[in-house]
Amino acid sequence: MKDTSNINPLENEAIYIMREVAAQFEKPVLLFSGGKDSITLVRLAQKAFYPAKIPFPLMHIDTGHNFPETIEFRDRLVKELGLELIVRNVQDSIDDGKVKEESGRYASRNQLQTTTLLDAIEEFKFDACIGGARRDEEKARAKERIFSVRDDFGQWDERNQRPELFDMLNGNIELGQNVRVFPISNWTELDVWSYIQKEEIEIPSIYFAHTRATFLRDGLIWSADDAVVYRDEEEEVVERIVRFRTVGDMSCTAAVLSEASDIVSVVQEIRDSSISERGARIDDKRSEAAMEKRKQQGYF
Amino acid sequence: MEVLKIATAGSVDDGKSTLIGRLLYDTKSLTSDKLEAIENKSKQLGYDYLDFSLATDGLVAEREQGITIDVAHIYFSTANKSYIIADTPGHVEYTRNMVTGASTSQVAIVLIDARKGVIEQTNRHFFINNLLRIKTVIVAINKMDLVDFSEERYNEIKADFEALMSKRDYQDQKITFIPVSALKGDNVVNKSEKTPWYNGETLLENLEGLDNQDIFNAGIPRFPVQYVIRPKTDEFHDFRGYAGKVYGGELSVGDDVVILPSQTKSKIKEIHFYDKKVQTASRRSSVLITLEDDVNISRGDMIVRANDLPVVDKQFTATISWMDSQNLKTGNKYVVQHGVNKVMAKVERIHHKINPDYSGVDDTVETLAINDIATVSFKLNKPIFYDAFKAHRTNGSFIIIDSKSNNTVGAGFIQ
Repeated sequence: MKDTSNINPLENEAIYIMREVAAQFEKPVLLFSGGKDSITLVRLAQKAFYPAKIPFPLMHIDTGHNFPETIEFRDRLVKELGLELIVRNVQDSIDDGKVKEESGRYASRNQLQTTTLLDAIEEFKFDACIGGARRDEEKARAKERIFSVRDDFGQWDERNQRPELFDMLNGNIELGQNVRVFPISNWTELDVWSYIQKEEIEIPSIYFAHTRATFLRDGLIWSADDAVVYRDEEEEVVERIVRFRTVGDMSCTAAVLSEASDIVSVVQEIRDSSISERGARIDDKRSEAAMEKRKQQGYF
Repeated sequence: MEVLKIATAGSVDDGKSTLIGRLLYDTKSLTSDKLEAIENKSKQLGYDYLDFSLATDGLVAEREQGITIDVAHIYFSTANKSYIIADTPGHVEYTRNMVTGASTSQVAIVLIDARKGVIEQTNRHFFINNLLRIKTVIVAINKMDLVDFSEERYNEIKADFEALMSKRDYQDQKITFIPVSALKGDNVVNKSEKTPWYNGETLLENLEGLDNQDIFNAGIPRFPVQYVIRPKTDEFHDFRGYAGKVYGGELSVGDDVVILPSQTKSKIKEIHFYDKKVQTASRRSSVLITLEDDVNISRGDMIVRANDLPVVDKQFTATISWMDSQNLKTGNKYVVQHGVNKVMAKVERIHHKINPDYSGVDDTVETLAINDIATVSFKLNKPIFYDAFKAHRTNGSFIIIDSKSNNTVGAGFIQ
């Protein structure tokens, strides 16, 4: 560790942020989706507090449309690490009449998560929610702070953000407000994958090449799961060898053709890739400002 | 891999976003879907060329107005280094963003429009980079294509800028001039054939060649305690470790240390990084330290080497950058956050305010408005453990928090 060039500045920054959360807030929670970014956050939290346990629970906002592999992985990880997991379901928000399920070709529960998330924050009185968003993902996210204050309604006021200087994080908030915290803000997709490789972190199998029933729409490869994803009859189901580069809800995540079946080949593929990660996010294709609008409403 | 943070500054229309877009494009960092979006949008707007600023302006209002409102972070990497650009807007009202961007950067790129030359904004950008002691400044003289790549014009601007440099406070700053055309790609990544009179490096060559050891200011080690770790498990029954980040220099096992503010003496017993024990904690590493003695330490305390004590005092004078629409007034009380330590502070005196055009100072002011920069004395309710900013970038800086709004309303650099 003596040589500065051997330390990973991004890892050290993220550990510092995790510790600031534990020190500055009463009731933090780590938002866990089962995706590679939130799995990376769990490892960073372990490192920040070792030999003590992670001093906050994980929470998963379950759309009910997750890939089954992700849910199995989530439950195993939580058990192995002895973590506390809270699950809140979008289905309950639908049943309570708080949100209305979308219909049609592009129906997705992705936006509906926001209501379930905000309700859960209120229910548990969480004052800090740690998330795996990165600034390189999308241009509205490029403007995000590391400690991002949300008002009583969970809303993001993008034009009135606190300046963040040096590495001093101001976690002062009013009762009812909460802070979204992004410890891997400064990581790129490749940084995350390289870290997963170096640390030998286990990730769900859908990130690696596998055979899947799929269909094509708008130039993207959709998973053909008729219970969750609406499909026209002329949209023909074909088995393809694919993997997922980003994992969200089944209805909003497209697969990519890939033969990369282990971490080494995945890292190589990302290195050579000419498409951005969010290029496979159907939810971002809705409009140029799709992410900014969702963020204002309280989405991650 | 080392991460280099760069702050960019330029006025509206200096082509800052275009320069960044060009850097991304020529280093093949723009993915095909992003590039396609830029092509489509440029075509839709009826432009003759690709508008790379569309890659960086993230908010709806920015795209509507064609300006950059807030600090955006842009990422690219070469085989050598990872780069993070803090893209800050150059309007008068957004000085706070420039200070913010510069506070986390090791390099600054100041953009000058070759047609306009050195203007008041250039003065401001240079002043802020100098105030924040950014070690390396690259002056990119842009839009050279619009002045026929004239060597004479380049030299004229260079001479004007050098006149500014003579007034600077921080003399160790390394300044490099590069003639570029961000729009056409001259001397950004690839060497231009149109500037045969220029023998220097391109912008990217210059960034690639910067020596990390040189850029990251080394200093005396400071260890502010962030969090006390007590596992209370069977395996680690009596374990008590101090979590924090090492600033300035290294700390090693066996070092004689003093804990502030109690002034208790002890010795470093172990340094942990996750499940590994290490002999030395390097600067900027987030570690866990245990001490030989049972000492009462809590968050905000500082562990320092016994022969390298900082100043321990309940007052200080600092240059501050005011960032809030509510004015700062003599006698007002704020929270000062110095590292991880928060104390109450009262504004004792505003010594002088720097004139907006940096022509001199005004020593008769009682209030500061947004974007003002001034020398101010504070009195604190508890001592903090600080160094002068010029000796220690981290331990010499602080932020000011309004205890009513909880907003970060200013930043300061201790004299």
